Amino acid sequence: MKKRKQLAALGLSLVTAVSVLAGCGGSTPTETKAPAEGAAPAGTEAAKPASGDGEVYFLNFKPETATIWEDVMKTFTQETGIPATVMTAASGTYEQTLKSEVAKTKAPTLFQINGPVGYQSWKDYCLDLKDSKMYELLSDKSLAITDGDGVYGIPYAIEGYGIIANKRIIADYCALDGAKVASIDEINSFAKLKEVAEDMQARKEELGIEGAFASTSFAPGEDWRWQTHLANLPLYYEYKDKGVTDAEELDGTYLPNYKEIFDLYINNSCTKPSLLSSVTVEDSMAEFALEEAVFVQNGDWGWGQILNNNPDMSADDVQFLPIYIGVAGEEKQGVCAGTENYWCINQQVSEANQEATLQFVEWLLTSDSGKDYMVKEMALTAPFTSFGEGETPENPLAKSILDHAAAGRTSVSWAFITMPNQVFKNNLGSALLEYAQGTGDWDGVTKAFVEGWKTEKANPTPE
Amino acid sequence: MEKAIKRYFPIFALPTLVAFTIGFIIPFLMGVYLSFCSFTTVVNTKFVGLANYRAAFSDAGFLHALGFTVLFTIVTVLLINLLAFLVAMLLTRKIQGTNLFRTVFFMPNLIGGIVLGYIWQQILNGILSYFDRTLTYSATYGFWGLVILMCWQQIGYMMIIYIAGIQNIPGDVVEAAKIDGAGRWQLLKNVTIPMVMPSITICTFLTLTNSFKLFDQNLSLTAGAPSNNTEMLALNIYNTFYGRVGWEGVGQAKAVLFFLMVTVIALIQLTATRRKEVQQ
Repeated sequence: MKKRKQLAALGLSLVTAVSVLAGCGGSTPTETKAPAEGAAPAGTEAAKPASGDGEVYFLNFKPETATIWEDVMKTFTQETGIPATVMTAASGTYEQTLKSEVAKTKAPTLFQINGPVGYQSWKDYCLDLKDSKMYELLSDKSLAITDGDGVYGIPYAIEGYGIIANKRIIADYCALDGAKVASIDEINSFAKLKEVAEDMQARKEELGIEGAFASTSFAPGEDWRWQTHLANLPLYYEYKDKGVTDAEELDGTYLPNYKEIFDLYINNSCTKPSLLSSVTVEDSMAEFALEEAVFVQNGDWGWGQILNNNPDMSADDVQFLPIYIGVAGEEKQGVCAGTENYWCINQQVSEANQEATLQFVEWLLTSDSGKDYMVKEMALTAPFTSFGEGETPENPLAKSILDHAAAGRTSVSWAFITMPNQVFKNNLGSALLEYAQGTGDWDGVTKAFVEGWKTEKANPTPE
Repeated sequence: MEKAIKRYFPIFALPTLVAFTIGFIIPFLMGVYLSFCSFTTVVNTKFVGLANYRAAFSDAGFLHALGFTVLFTIVTVLLINLLAFLVAMLLTRKIQGTNLFRTVFFMPNLIGGIVLGYIWQQILNGILSYFDRTLTYSATYGFWGLVILMCWQQIGYMMIIYIAGIQNIPGDVVEAAKIDGAGRWQLLKNVTIPMVMPSITICTFLTLTNSFKLFDQNLSLTAGAPSNNTEMLALNIYNTFYGRVGWEGVGQAKAVLFFLMVTVIALIQLTATRRKEVQQ
C-alpha cells in the first residue's frame, strides 16, 4: 500500500514536471533558435592568441544558412582565437528577436537591418562604418545606408528575384502543336507570358504537370512573395514615373497591372484559389522542383530549396524570367535585383567587441576560408572588391541575374525596402488572400495599398 | 515546532521568494512602468503618460479581439466543463479499462500548444479540403477550429480534477440519498454537484483564464487569419508590440489592461462559485 502511494506520488510529480516543461516549450513559440555555439571547440589553445578580449556575436537573419554560420564561427575561432557565436532568428521573427537580444548584457555585436526603414528603428545602435575595411571593400558605395556623413549599414549580398522557369518543360511545350511561342526567349512581355501560361494550364495533361504556376502560398506568414516582392513592381513603376525613391502617399497607378499578374498566378496554378491559405512557400518550391509546375516566383536563394526537393534538377534547366506586368517597354525590363541584408555593428557594445567584430567581417571578406563560406557554402553574390572573377556562387539563378543584365535589360530595384512597416505588409497580404479566395474584392487590395500606405507611413506614434 | 518553522522560514522560503521576485514581480512592475513610456528596447525609454492607453482604446483591432476572445471564452468554458464532467462521471463507474481511458484522455494536455496548433491545422485543413475550404477561409472556421482544439487539449485535464472530486464524495452520503429514494437525476443535482463544487470552482477558473489568455494555439492554428478576424487578445498585443515601430508602448498598455481584465473576471468567477460550495 505504501509503495503504491509512493509510486502515485512519483507519477504525479513526473506529470507536473512534464506539464511545466510542455508549458515552457509552448510559451516561446516563435523563437526556434538554432542553439548558439557555446564554448570554443577543443584545440583552440593551439590557435593564435586573441587580440584583446573582444567577442563576436552575430544575429543571423536567414534560417536556411543557420548551420553554415555555426561552421563559420567555429572556423573563425580556430583561425584567430577570437570567440564567436551566432544565433539564428526563426523565419519572420528577426525584428522581435533582435529587440530582445540587444536589451541583454551580451548583446549581438553584429546584426542586420533590412534597409532605410530598419535603420530608422535601429539608428541608436548602428556604428559609423565610414572608415571600416568593409566599406572600403564595397564595390558600389551607393549601396550602403548612409545618414549625413556617416555610413551605417553595408549590404553583404546582392539578391534577385523573378519568375523561375523550368526550361526543359518549356522546351517540351514549344515542341507541341500550336504552341504559342517557339522558344523561351520569345516570352518577353506580360501578354506573351499570359498566353503561354494559360495554354500550358489548358494542356497540363499533355505536359505532365499540375499547373503552370506553383501555388500562390498564403499560409500565415508565407505571403511575403506577394505582399512584398510582387508588390514591388507597381511600387517601382510608380516611383519611376514620379522620379522619386520614396513617398508619403501613393496613387496606385499600376495596381490594375498588379491585379493582372496576380490573377494569372492564382488562376493557372496547382492549387484552387479557395485552398491557398493552407499552402506554404516550401510547398510551392517543392511543386516546382518536382516539375509539377513550370513557373514559380522566387529569388536566387530558392535554388537550395529546389535542390533539396529534387537533387536531380539540372542547373541548365532553370532560369529567371522578369516579372512582366504589362507596362510599356517591358521587353527591356530585367530581374528585380537588390538587397535587404545590411550588416550593422552594434555601437553600444564594448570597443573590444566592436574591434573583434570588424575583424570578423574583414576575415569573412578577405581570408580564403571566409570567402569560401560566403561564395560556396552560402552562395552569396557578395558586392565587394575582394571577390574576384571566379569567386561567384555556383547558382544558376544568380548567373541568370547576370545574364539578364548582360543582355541589356534594366534591373528593377527593390523599392519595397521603403514600405512603411510590417502592419502594412500584413494587411496587404490579408487583402490579397481575401481577394484570391473570393471572400473579398480587389477594392480591398487597393485600399490596403493606397490608404494603408498613407496611414502607416504617417505612423501615428502615440505621443 | 512552531518556533523551528519560524526560524527556518528564510531558508525554505527565500529561494522561491527570490525567484518569484526576479521572474515575476520585477518584470511586472517594469511592464506597468513601460506602459507609460515610448521605447524600442526595455533599457531605452521615454515617459509619455497616458498616450499609449488612448491609442489602445482607439484601436478597432483591439476591440474586435476582445469581442472574439469573450465569445470564445464563453463557448469553451461551457463545453470543456460539461464534457469533462461527463467523461469524469463515466470513468468513475466500474468500467473495464478505466485507467487506460483516463490516461488517454489526459495525454493531449502534455503536448505543447504550438505543436497542437500545427497538428490540428493539418487535420482540419485535410478535412476541409474536401469542401474546397481551409481553416483560414473565414473566421467561423477558425473559431470552431480553436474551440475543437481547446476542448481536445483541456477536457482530459479538467476530467482528472473532476474525477478526484467525485471520488471524494463520501459513500455514506450517496447511500443515504439512495435509501431515501433519490433517483439518478436527484442524486446528481442534490448530492454530486454540490459535493464537487470545489472542483467546479477550480475547473472554471482554469478554463476561463486559459481561454482568455490563449496565445500559442491561436498563433499556430490561424495566426489571426483571415485579416486578423480570428486574432485573440494575447495575439493582438503581440502583433501591436512588434508590428509598428514606436508602438511597443501601446502593446504594453494593452497588456496591462489585459491583466486587469483577467484578474477582475477571475475574481468575480471565484467569489460566485465559492459561494455555492458546501461543507462536508
